[in-house]
Amino acid sequence: MSATNGGYYLPEPSHWPIIGSVGLFTFLAGFANFLHGGSSMIMLAGAAVLIFMLFGWFGTVIGESQSGKYDDQVDMSFRWGMGWFIFSEVMFFAAFFGVLFYARMWSVPWLGGAGNNVMTNELLWPAFEAMWPTNGPGDVGGDFQMMGAWGIPAINTLILLSSGVTVTWAHWALKKENRGQLILGLLATVALGFLFLSLQVYEYYHAYTELGLTLGSGIYGSTFFMLTGFHGLHVTLGATMLLVILIRSIKGHFTADNHFAFEAVAWYWHFVDVVWLGLFVFVYWLV
Amino acid sequence: MSTATTHDEHHHGAPSGIMRWITTTNHKDIGTLYLWFAFIMFLVGGAMAMVIRAELFQPGLQIVDPNFFNTMTTMHGLLMVFGAIMPAMVGLANWQVPLMIGAPDMALPRMNNWSFWILPFAGIMLVSTLFMEGGGPNFGWTFYAPLSTTFAPKSTDFFIFAVHMLGFSSIMGAINIIATVLNMRAPGMTLMKMPLFVWTWFITAFLLIAVMPVLAGVVTMMLTDRNFGTSFFSAAGGGDPVLFQHVFWFFGHPEVYIMILPAFGVISQIIPTFARKKLFGYSSMVYATASIAFLSFIVWAHHMFTTGMPVAGELYFMYATMMIAVPTAVKVFNWTATMWRGSMTFETPMLWAVSFVFLFTIGGFTGLMMGVAPVDMQYHDTYFIVAHFHYVLVTGALFAIFGAVYYWIPKWTGHMYDEKLGKIHFWWSAISVNVLFFPQHFIGLAGMPRRIPDYSLQFADWNMISSLGGFAFGLAQLFFLYIIIKTIKGGEKATTQVWEDAEGLEWTVPSPAPYHTFATAPEVR
Repeated sequence: MSATNGGYYLPEPSHWPIIGSVGLFTFLAGFANFLHGGSSMIMLAGAAVLIFMLFGWFGTVIGESQSGKYDDQVDMSFRWGMGWFIFSEVMFFAAFFGVLFYARMWSVPWLGGAGNNVMTNELLWPAFEAMWPTNGPGDVGGDFQMMGAWGIPAINTLILLSSGVTVTWAHWALKKENRGQLILGLLATVALGFLFLSLQVYEYYHAYTELGLTLGSGIYGSTFFMLTGFHGLHVTLGATMLLVILIRSIKGHFTADNHFAFEAVAWYWHFVDVVWLGLFVFVYWLV
Repeated sequence: MSTATTHDEHHHGAPSGIMRWITTTNHKDIGTLYLWFAFIMFLVGGAMAMVIRAELFQPGLQIVDPNFFNTMTTMHGLLMVFGAIMPAMVGLANWQVPLMIGAPDMALPRMNNWSFWILPFAGIMLVSTLFMEGGGPNFGWTFYAPLSTTFAPKSTDFFIFAVHMLGFSSIMGAINIIATVLNMRAPGMTLMKMPLFVWTWFITAFLLIAVMPVLAGVVTMMLTDRNFGTSFFSAAGGGDPVLFQHVFWFFGHPEVYIMILPAFGVISQIIPTFARKKLFGYSSMVYATASIAFLSFIVWAHHMFTTGMPVAGELYFMYATMMIAVPTAVKVFNWTATMWRGSMTFETPMLWAVSFVFLFTIGGFTGLMMGVAPVDMQYHDTYFIVAHFHYVLVTGALFAIFGAVYYWIPKWTGHMYDEKLGKIHFWWSAISVNVLFFPQHFIGLAGMPRRIPDYSLQFADWNMISSLGGFAFGLAQLFFLYIIIKTIKGGEKATTQVWEDAEGLEWTVPSPAPYHTFATAPEVR
């Protein structure tokens, strides 16, 4: 029996958080152990516990939501929670974008002798000329070619922007109680998301096998793969969440005025979209 | 203020024993867990400080080998910042924010549980590095590259993941506090009526959400530089070790305000109660807190004056740093003005608060000195900086936490603490902490570098005095543990009001506060 507190829903004691903590600890300790030459089994076990926790925890929340335990105030707590979670994600990407700007505007030119660093260049790396892209004066990772903007990246931009349109189209449908259009819109969004990911996998394969461009290709390779890689991870997460929303829509969840889960995932999807635009402009296009 | 409606009956089927604490979604239980976790980490980190002071008692190497000494300074810093001060502040927020705004609980109670229960696991992972091959992290709590990348022990990867976990915990905790403040206030509790402790935590939560992800980013770059061949912090690959410092301090400077802003809030609650006057300049306090928070984002490179930066950068960061003195001075002025012509009494919480105003201000002034770029060149990485940040963190943040515990423990336990013992704890701590840290200003100005287990003979006297103060201060905290346990077990029954003339919703609920409070929201006029 849960406390009824002026209508605000206070959940029962829950075992999901501790399962999450055990899973997170096992996953990360296993990851570190794996990096030090151990087996990957501990890490995978931890990941399995985390996935189990996500199913259980979100399952509980969905159950409570479907049984009408939440009121407008709970809904508003979820909205603030999701909004600030997305802001924290923005700041995570900001760190990596900041690193990209710092490398391009300062550290690489300084290595080439810009500012008052003539002697640094002269004494340490006399042959190094600052330019972008670069793998640094040490030619770390060997020769490579940069990733052009107007092939797959441009197509991927179109794909993600289109997926933003389809998810909005689905949202309109939900507000008009048009279940068929909702499902169709979500299906299209999920499909575009996974299409984006497939093309990115192909792009990485192309980089590694034909361009000589790897994670180890100096600062260009580091920033390129970490920025696009973390973005890809977030697209994977977003597309998975969209898939859950699609399944829930097929099951008949959500009403025209009560569908925050849908909106939260749509917000997340738009966030991923905007990050991509930043990537397209600063990682691929402006060189 | 209305009277509170409460119901304290236990739920059917609610877990008991240890499972109650593991599965709890109650803000009071979780607040208690945070505070005990923080206290345990405080004692562990304190024991490490004792090792440091024992080694520095005399010149020469006598107790530990240099690498272990470096491990101790590193782990002491990390445990105190991430294990003691921050969780203690979150514990206070968990207990007090819902009580002070008239909410039945935190906005997201299950996530609240997770925020806490990540911490012990992160703590275990961090401390376990001490027992690993090659020893624990030995590069200082600021873990500068390349010390933490190229030259670090293997256990550093575990340290990195521990920091990730601490970050998850802090971000979720902060999101919860923001959602609670924005969405759970009792009717009539407008933003500008909120108690200042709530305001300062609200602003702190923004800082946490903005910078903890940046910390996660920088340790992730360390991880890939160490294990996956990236070149973020390696000049050979076009990166820059100085870049590490920029990203780290973009997190690190707001971080120091994360530790002190809630302390400002505590002091702003305690002083009006024992001066029996309203807080002077309430709205200016709110704006000053917000200004400090904003400025904290644009001053980070004052930690890097000796690292190498264009002169224009040094000038900018110097002047921007100076500006922080303005809102901070507003706060000190307001606390003083609140006491002006007040009917003052000096119960233990007030003693901590008044000493906070004095001693934190000393730390603030030494901060100003080091904010001056040309002067900082002399002080950088000496014991002067050690003295500075221990004044703001020990006699600042920690003293505020002590004050808060004495102030609110009657509400938490239903018992008054022993006033005589509390006063002994205060004077014992306040005197010994100055014996401990004040001489460090002198040896720092004389040129003794930090993070070195040995030193030249001219620093011997002040180091010995400092160590004696350190041992006395350490012992005082075991005495504090005794006082706490004694108060939990019994003592004079606390009234609902607890303190004469104390204002705020927390003083309208019985002591101890029932398990569920404000089930029906109070009306705030």
